[in-house]
This record gives sequence, C-alpha cells and structure tokens, in this order.
Amino acid sequence: MIPPAAVTAPEAGLPLVPLVDLQLVRRHLLAGFLWLLASMFAGLLVSLQFLGRYPIDFVEIFSPGRVRMVHTNLVAFGFLLNCLAGMAYWVVPRLTGLPLQWPRFAHCNFWLMQLMGTALVVMLLGGHAQAVEWGETPVALDPLVALVAVGFFINIGACMLKIGRRPVYVTLWYFSAATIWTALTYLMGNYLPQFFVAGAAGGAIAGLYIHDLVGLFVTPLGWGAMYYFVPLLLNRPIYSHALSLIGFWGLAFFYPLQGVHHFLWSPIPMYAQYGAVVSTIAIEIVVATVIVNFFLTLRGQTDQLRTNLPLRWFYTGMVLYFVTCLQCSIQVLLSVQKIIHFTDWVVGHAHLVMFGVFGFWLFGVIIHLWPRLTGKPWWSHQLNVWHYWLSTAGLLVMFLDLLVAGVMQGFEWRNMAPFESSIIASVPFWAVRTVAGLVIAAGQICLAWNIWKSRGALARAPMVPFVEPAGAGAKPA
Amino acid sequence: MERVRAILLIAGVFFFALSFLLMGVLPVVTLADVPTLTLAEVAPRVQESFLDLAERWPTAFTKSFGEPTLDAYHAALRRGREIYIGEGCWHCHSQYVRPVSNEGLRYGAVSVAEEYQNEMQRPVLFGTRRVGPDLTREGGKRSNDWHAAHFFDPKSVVPTSVMPRYPWLFEPVVGNVLPTPPNRDGLALIAYVQWLGTWPRPEVEAAAKEAP
Ligand code: HEC
Ligand code: HEM
Repeated sequence: MIPPAAVTAPEAGLPLVPLVDLQLVRRHLLAGFLWLLASMFAGLLVSLQFLGRYPIDFVEIFSPGRVRMVHTNLVAFGFLLNCLAGMAYWVVPRLTGLPLQWPRFAHCNFWLMQLMGTALVVMLLGGHAQAVEWGETPVALDPLVALVAVGFFINIGACMLKIGRRPVYVTLWYFSAATIWTALTYLMGNYLPQFFVAGAAGGAIAGLYIHDLVGLFVTPLGWGAMYYFVPLLLNRPIYSHALSLIGFWGLAFFYPLQGVHHFLWSPIPMYAQYGAVVSTIAIEIVVATVIVNFFLTLRGQTDQLRTNLPLRWFYTGMVLYFVTCLQCSIQVLLSVQKIIHFTDWVVGHAHLVMFGVFGFWLFGVIIHLWPRLTGKPWWSHQLNVWHYWLSTAGLLVMFLDLLVAGVMQGFEWRNMAPFESSIIASVPFWAVRTVAGLVIAAGQICLAWNIWKSRGALARAPMVPFVEPAGAGAKPA
Repeated sequence: MERVRAILLIAGVFFFALSFLLMGVLPVVTLADVPTLTLAEVAPRVQESFLDLAERWPTAFTKSFGEPTLDAYHAALRRGREIYIGEGCWHCHSQYVRPVSNEGLRYGAVSVAEEYQNEMQRPVLFGTRRVGPDLTREGGKRSNDWHAAHFFDPKSVVPTSVMPRYPWLFEPVVGNVLPTPPNRDGLALIAYVQWLGTWPRPEVEAAAKEAP
C-alpha cells in the first residue's frame, strides 16, 4: 500500500519540498500544553475552595468563581484549540501532499491565538464574563476567538479544498466538516442567546452551543487524528471502511441534535428534550461501531499496547470514550436526570471526556510527534511512562469519586435534607478530588520536565519531511 | 460521500442547519406567542427590600443610587445581574426549579417558560451546577442584613458554607468596624438577589384562580 500523502498528492515527487512546517506544529503543541498547565493550576485552586481552604479569596481578581471560568475556558480555547491546531498542521499537509498555503498567515494566527488566550484570562479575572457556559469569553473578545479559529480552519481548509473532486481519506472527512461546524457553532452560541433570543428558547440554543463545541469541534478533530495516527502506528489499514463511513455520517447526523440534553426537566419545550434524549442514545450505537472498528484494527497486535506508548494513550482514550458515551446514554434518561443533574456527577463526566479522552489522545500525539519535531529523541522514556500512569490513575480516581459524590448529593437533595448536610457529606469527596488533581498535575510535571530536557536545537531544526515506512498509510479512499 | 465539497455541504451545512432548525428555531417558534418583556415589565415597581437598603445604609445608598426611584431600581438590577455573571455565581447556583425530586417543595414553585421570556434572561441563567441552592425564588427568603453578612463572609452565617466571600462588594474597612456597608456593586447584587422570583406571574395566578 502507498502512504496517504502519495495517494492524494496532485503531482508525483512532492515529498521533496518541505511539507510540514515543523516550527508551527511545535509551537502550537507546546503552547497548548502550557495552557493546560495553567488551566490545571486554576482547577486545583478552585478545588481548594470546596475544602474551605482557598488561599487568596480576599483578592478580587482571584475570586474562585472567576478562576473556575479561567479553568474551563483555558481547556477549550487554550489547550484544545492549540494542540488540535498543531496536530492538524502536521496531519493535513501529509494527507493532502500540500504544504500550508500561507505559512506567514498561519504563524500570525498562532500569535493571535496566544494573544486571545492571554486576553481571555485577563478579562475573565477582571470580571467581564459572558453568561454562556463554555463561551464565557467576554462579548468584546468573541470576534477575536472566532477570528483565530476561522484562521486555523482557513489554513487547513485551503489544502483540503485544493484536492478538488477526488475522494479523500477518513481523517479529512472529519476535518473538513469541523471547519464549518466550528464557525457556525461559535457564532450561533455567542451571539443568538446574547442579543436575540431570551429565555427558554435561548437556553436551547445555549445547550446546542455547549454540546456542539465538544461534539462538532473537538470530537471530529480528535477522531480525525485517531484515523490518521492509529493505522500509522500499527502499520496496517483501518479494519473496515464501511464502519468508518457509518461512524462519520452517524456522528454528523446525530451529534448536532443533542444540545438540549444539558437542560432536561427545564422550561424548554418538552419535544426538544425528548428529541435530544433519543438522539443521544442513538449516537451510542454509532460510537460503538467506531470503537469496534478500531479494536478490530488492533486485532492480533494488542501486544503493542505494552510497548508503544502513543498507541497506549490512543486506546486508553478510546476505552474512556466508550465509557463516556455509555455514561451519556444512561445519564440522559429523564429518570436518572432527576437525581444526578446539577451534581458532581456531571463534573466527573466533563473531566472524563475533556481530559480522559481528548487530553489523552493529544498526549499520544505529543509523545509521538515531539521527537519528529525537534529531531531529538525523548530524554527519558521512563518519565513518559510515569506521565501516563499518573494521569490515568489520577483521572480514574477523580472520575469515580465525583460519580459517587454526585449520586449522594442527588439523593440528599431529593430527600429534603438541609442543604448544609449535603455539603458536609461532600467534603471528603472534594478532598479526594483535590488529591487526584495533584496526582494528575504531578504527571504533567513529568512531561513538562521531559520536554524541557529533550529540547534540541529547537529553532534550527530543519524543515524536512519525515519519511514514513512504506505501507504505513491507511486504506486509500 | 467521501469528497470534501460534498461533506462540507451535506454534513457541514445541511445537518447543522437541520439540527438548528429542530432544536433551536422550533423552540423559538413554539414560544413565539409569549411576549419578550422588558425590565420595566418584570420589575414594575420598586420593592420593599430596595427601600430597606436605602434606609439601612443611607450614605452608601445615596452615593450609589441617589433616591430609591424606579430608575435607580432598574439600574441596580442590571448592575446586579452583571456581577452575578462576572463573578460566576451562575456556575454554583441554578435558576430553574424542576418538577421532579421534590424541588417544588424545597425551592418553591416549579419554573415555567413565561418567567424566562424577558431581557434579564438574555442570555438565560439556567445554570448547570448546584454547589449552592437554587436561587430562582430567593427574593424575600432572607433579609438584606443576612445577604450583606453572607456576601461579606458566608461562613459567618453558615459555618459549613463553601461559598466564596466577596469583601470587594463592601466599602473599605476603616479601623476594625465590621461589617462595612455594601458599596454600589454590593447594593446592586443584594437588590438583584432579592428580586429573583418576585416578578409578576399573571399566567400562574390565572391558572391558580381557575383551579378549584
Ligand atoms: C463555589 C460556589 C459558589 C459560588 C461561586 C457562589 N455561591 Fe452562593 N452559595 C454556595 C453554597 C455552597 C451555598 C450554601 C451555603 C450558604 O448558604 O452559604 C450558597 C448560598 C447562597 C445563598 C443563600 C441561599 C439560601 O437562601 O440559602 C445566596 C443568596 C447565594 N449563595 C448567592 C450567591 C451569589 C449572588 C454569588 C455570586 C456573587 C454566589 N452565591 C456565588 C456556593 C457558591
Ligand atoms: C488538576 C486537575 C484538575 C482539578 C483539580 C480540576 C478541578 C475542577 C473543579 C473544582 C471544577 C468545578 C467543578 C464544580 O463547579 O463543581 C472543574 C470543572 C471543569 N474542569 Fe477541571 N480540574 C482539573 C483538570 C481538568 C482538566 C485536565 C480538564 C480538561 C482537559 C478539565 C475540564 C473541566 C471542565 C470541562 C469543567 C466544567 C465541568 C462542568 O461544568 O460540568 N479539568 N474542574
């Protein structure tokens, strides 16, 4: 089989020109990781508030309510946006055989993105949030966020559009759909509820936004990365093209319909709530086909999970993705909602998806790419293994802990116990959460230290295409 | 099905538009006959609690709002809502009472769509997490004093509370005279919290009259 770049490259002999802008990819991955560290620090701080031990609650700009918004927004617009962009700037040129069309623009966009992240932190700490969950970016900053996101998509979109009418590989289905989805989602979520639609209908749109940001921006880019890297690392094509097709079109159809499930039992018209519940359950079936596809791709090679660290990250993330989606299909039931909505259960779910799935996949990408970007091998493999185990263990403890806490809180409230009683009972769970957070943070310090020690002659690393072994590509479309 | 342009069109635009129509536009249409009210309509007159603020902390109040007129009241509510959003109160407090799990007993009347169709709910402040209790019907539940002490230091009134304190909503401390009066933002936030749930509910009252 032929490597993907050669499949779709318009002319033969292209790999001779620099294909991937290594510096750009490196910058994005590194910036994303640094934002993740900042976000985790914020998360740890907020978790101390729950123990009544917040160290600086008398400083206005570090009020826990504001720092919480910094925590969640940096995850989306710092960590995920940057790392996904870095990943895509590596993948898209290699799949299309075309370098980025406007490298200068891409670099400018990188700096704008960091400016946006910094402004976001400053403005949120200054108390200028917008009342849209996960879109707390102040109204004045929204255009800049949209600009950098669209800038990123124009960069990869230009390569993808240039391919013309030929069929493209699965990864590019996801990536190309994500370009439009993200732009539409962002504009819809940040402008309609703010200026045009009040009340319950506005709530329905805000729910669409929360969900589409995960489902139509992060998820397609994440799955696109999986379809690219997993066959490459396993050195064999994806098991079934038909299952890939079902997975993509199922996601494209059902995912956007689910947003209202964030506000069940609310005054939003009931048919919208029922529709959201049904489509949420429907997508679990689609997700199951995707997971089956990937695990059949792995068949006979499970041994590699032991030896190949990036691959282990990918498959751990996939297992957790399945757990997340299974959890979705259970927690979305209106009867289960009665108990778990508004509780820590949901917070546990959020950490499982954002960190346990997309965070883990991006760690796999970083571990796999970093030596190829710097031209130097990892300083220590052992540190990377520690990073894996500390992150995984910390996350699982945090997830299970919050799950149990959520059920407990839900029943306390339903049983009409005084509110204080549920707080007192939650404190031990919140303490475990902080400890688990410290474990996760320790894992990230391992990776940070390793990146620092593996730094090569960074600025001078040449822009050569990295030659894949023959047959490393996935199934030609 | 595997070409970039087809995907952009069908998945990217068409499926998104479909979901937006079904899940976004359709609820808007369903609720279209509920008029979207202005602040003047959901806060038609100055509340007792606002007059009480003016009496309790006359210096701070006059400096911030002058006379407790209807205009001043509206200005306070708007500012209070801004603080409620900026401080992230809505990440710890929800604003909707569900018809399940005894919430009607715990928090007061179950929320209906009509209550949210006004400019103070644009964007809507449903919330998704209850670290603290629901605040939909908070107005009138506690005294202004209680709220002032609570915002200054929640632990002073509820020892087990994990709510953050907000000393910057109060005049700076001079010497060791505590508590200091709320400043403009503090007064506004108290007015806002005292207003929650006290809006007129004609449709609910009419339904109550019809029931035997
Ligand atoms: C970290 C989460 C958190 C944040 C942020 C928070 N609260 Fe609270 N709030 C709580 C908890 C927990 C309680 C219950 C214990 C208590 O009464 O202090 C509470 C109680 C309250 C009460 C009393 C409800 C009652 O009648 O029992 C009011 C009013 C209130 N909060 C308003 C606010 C406002 C306004 C803000 C924003 C300035 C805010 N809260 C921010 C957690 C929070
Ligand atoms: C150091 C480890 C971490 C700690 C201690 C931590 C702590 C917290 C806390 C205290 C909250 C607020 C919960 C509440 O309001 O009840 C929160 C929310 C959240 N965190 Fe973290 N966090 C950590 C890491 C992460 C990471 C790595 C991610 C994603 C990559 C993440 C994503 C989120 C999201 C999406 C929410 C919002 C949840 C919701 O609104 O339901 N967190 N976190």
